[in-house]
Amino acid sequence: MSLVFAALFYLASAVLVIGVARKIVDYWRTPAPLLIPTTPAPTTQGGVVLRMFRELAFFESLFKANLWIWALGWLFHVSLALVVLRHLRYFTEPVWDWVAFIQPFGMYAGFAMAAGLAGLWARRFLVERIRYISTFSDHLMLALLLGIAASGLMMKFVAHTDIVAVKTFFLGLMLFDIQPLPGDGPLYAHLSLVALLMLAFPFSKLLHAPGVFFSPSRNQADNPRERRHLSAWAAKLEAK
Amino acid sequence: MAGPDPKAPALREYFPAIPALQPGAMAGAKSYVANDKIQESLGFPGQLAESWQDTHDAVIAKMGDLLGKQRAFKVYMDACVHCGACTDKCHYFIGTNDPKNMPVARQDLMRSVYRRYFTLPGKLFPKLVGARDLTSEVLDEWYTYYNQCSECRRCSVFCPYGIDTAEITMAGREMLDSVGYGQKYSNEIIAKVHKIGNNLGLPGPALTNTLEGLEEDVKEDTGIDVRYPLDVQGAEVLFVTPSADFFAEPHIESLIGYGKVFHAAGISWTLSTKASEAGNFGMFIGNYDQLRKIALRVREAALELGVKRIVVGECGHAWRVAYSFWNTLTGIGAGADDPFAIQLQSQLDHRYKQPMHICELTWDLIGQGAISFDKEANDHRIITFHDSCNVARGSRMGDSPGGQFEIPRNIIRAVANHYVEMAPGTTHEQTFCCGGGGGLLTDDLLDLRIKGALPRMETLQQVVDSHGVNFMATICAICKAQFTKVVPYYGFKMSMIGGVHQLVSTAIRLGDK
Ligand code: SF4
Ligand code: SF4
Repeated sequence: MSLVFAALFYLASAVLVIGVARKIVDYWRTPAPLLIPTTPAPTTQGGVVLRMFRELAFFESLFKANLWIWALGWLFHVSLALVVLRHLRYFTEPVWDWVAFIQPFGMYAGFAMAAGLAGLWARRFLVERIRYISTFSDHLMLALLLGIAASGLMMKFVAHTDIVAVKTFFLGLMLFDIQPLPGDGPLYAHLSLVALLMLAFPFSKLLHAPGVFFSPSRNQADNPRERRHLSAWAAKLEAK
Repeated sequence: MAGPDPKAPALREYFPAIPALQPGAMAGAKSYVANDKIQESLGFPGQLAESWQDTHDAVIAKMGDLLGKQRAFKVYMDACVHCGACTDKCHYFIGTNDPKNMPVARQDLMRSVYRRYFTLPGKLFPKLVGARDLTSEVLDEWYTYYNQCSECRRCSVFCPYGIDTAEITMAGREMLDSVGYGQKYSNEIIAKVHKIGNNLGLPGPALTNTLEGLEEDVKEDTGIDVRYPLDVQGAEVLFVTPSADFFAEPHIESLIGYGKVFHAAGISWTLSTKASEAGNFGMFIGNYDQLRKIALRVREAALELGVKRIVVGECGHAWRVAYSFWNTLTGIGAGADDPFAIQLQSQLDHRYKQPMHICELTWDLIGQGAISFDKEANDHRIITFHDSCNVARGSRMGDSPGGQFEIPRNIIRAVANHYVEMAPGTTHEQTFCCGGGGGLLTDDLLDLRIKGALPRMETLQQVVDSHGVNFMATICAICKAQFTKVVPYYGFKMSMIGGVHQLVSTAIRLGDK
């Protein structure tokens, strides 16, 4: 079983990294021929960085749009971030101080994450408009994330897993030295679902994560009168 | 004016309640399709290919082409998480209850096809991810619903990734045009610009007549010789304005106002026959070549007339094109290092913004004390201001973000005593479209236009009731035309609608030059 999971994680990591990198390169290379920031927009690059930061850290636009979605979405993402950071302890020896520091918050963030997900999922059933736009994969994605959260919480609070052994497994994995993985159900479930999420990432709506950085309506400075903005294919038209 | 049919929807009692869905409510509202003559004059195929397979392949090829050329389109196809934040933000959805007028649903009409042909899961498990084959029904649906979006960008304000449905609508229209399935209204207008020089098809002599008539009217009215010059070589300012300003009511009142501002400030200016249209419907159909070709007329006129400044009149999408795109398309602007743009930029006077909005010009003059007003002349008016979407969300005025909101309001307050703001959340960058923008200002979509005006009419009703507002000022030719047409359906008078420079015109002191 250790070998199966080792192989799975090598595969999932490769797909995730290569898949997302290819997408980023693709977005990067695709020209944005016209300046289309949604105004009012910052007039300088520094201002754009600030706008992006507000979007990423506080979900500024979503806050303006709908408080429910904002609250649930923000709760989920912040908790997810804490939980992911907490998991760094399985990949570092000795554990970094700040990772040790957030450990207690990270544990409870697991619950918050599950609550956020449950709320977001409930909207897909309860709100007519959102029911209308939801596809099967939207539900699956939520099920997947909720499954990851639930199995993780199980191991922490119900059926303890030998986390020392888990850590040995992952540290070994990083050095291509496969160590035994403890054989228990919730752990297998947890790891399989995480691998599945990693595999799905480059092909799904999870691309919103890299995508947000490339959204011209958010990442362009509003300075068209001061600077001439010209994409390569548009410049060719002038040569004619 | 108000006919029995079509009817305006009732104002919502618990404003702003979110409407219940009525699937298919607007499926029948299909704008007229362009005939082959119009299509071919723009270089598009005259009509759909005989065989569906050919059309199918051409659309998919075009989609691939756009995905490689337009970062916005590509990123927006991938990034949506179906969060639903945009679902209740579109005035067409609010007015029609048709779920396909929810921004995300409008995008999904395209995204479903994108996923099927350009993504792995869509190729392998179409059902799972909501992907679908491109069929002729799908293409019809695109035509219908991409011609029910005014490209107003309100949805993009609220989307956590800034997904701008307008970009998707533009891409959709571009694909449709490229296979011979264009919209009559927009494409006919573009054909007119190329043939005659402006959207309304006013030939040069008619323009001269109109302007002479205008000079006589103003003389009669004020006793002063205000000039409305055409094609004057060596004038300082080339003034480019929507052609509706030359004859439509209330647009012409603003044209009178622009002339008075130039007169009172002593600035030499000229209109141009060649560039007798600020509007640029190339943007509406998402076609870069058309957008550029139409904009180049202004460049040519500027070079020919040898002007030092280029100023743009009251028009929403025209200002977006001028402010945001002209520098890219034609070199009207600053900061270029290529010969094409330098040729023009070295001619322009860079102490001034290039291009400049007429509101920026007027506001600067007010700041310098170069023009003054009898504010009392506007005392019979209780005024509110409707932000036009392309100005609000696609451009700027002045030096800092948000100047596009402050400057027109500052002008109104400088020329009139009674100003009232409409409900927050429906003005500034969250303003509602008038319901007729983006190439939908056509009688074959009148029902949609009336319904799309609903949210704005509700907020107007509020300030009419609370403050007795009797004038809604706007700086967009489309807003003016759309509102004068639809407000009667809501029980308002057409004369409530007018331009900011109409107010300026009423109050400005002309002196006795
Ligand atoms: S751009 Fe405007 S009209 Fe189009 S979907 Fe968005 S809100 Fe609606
Ligand atoms: S707000 Fe943006 S991400 Fe959310 S459903 Fe609308 S388009 Fe998609």
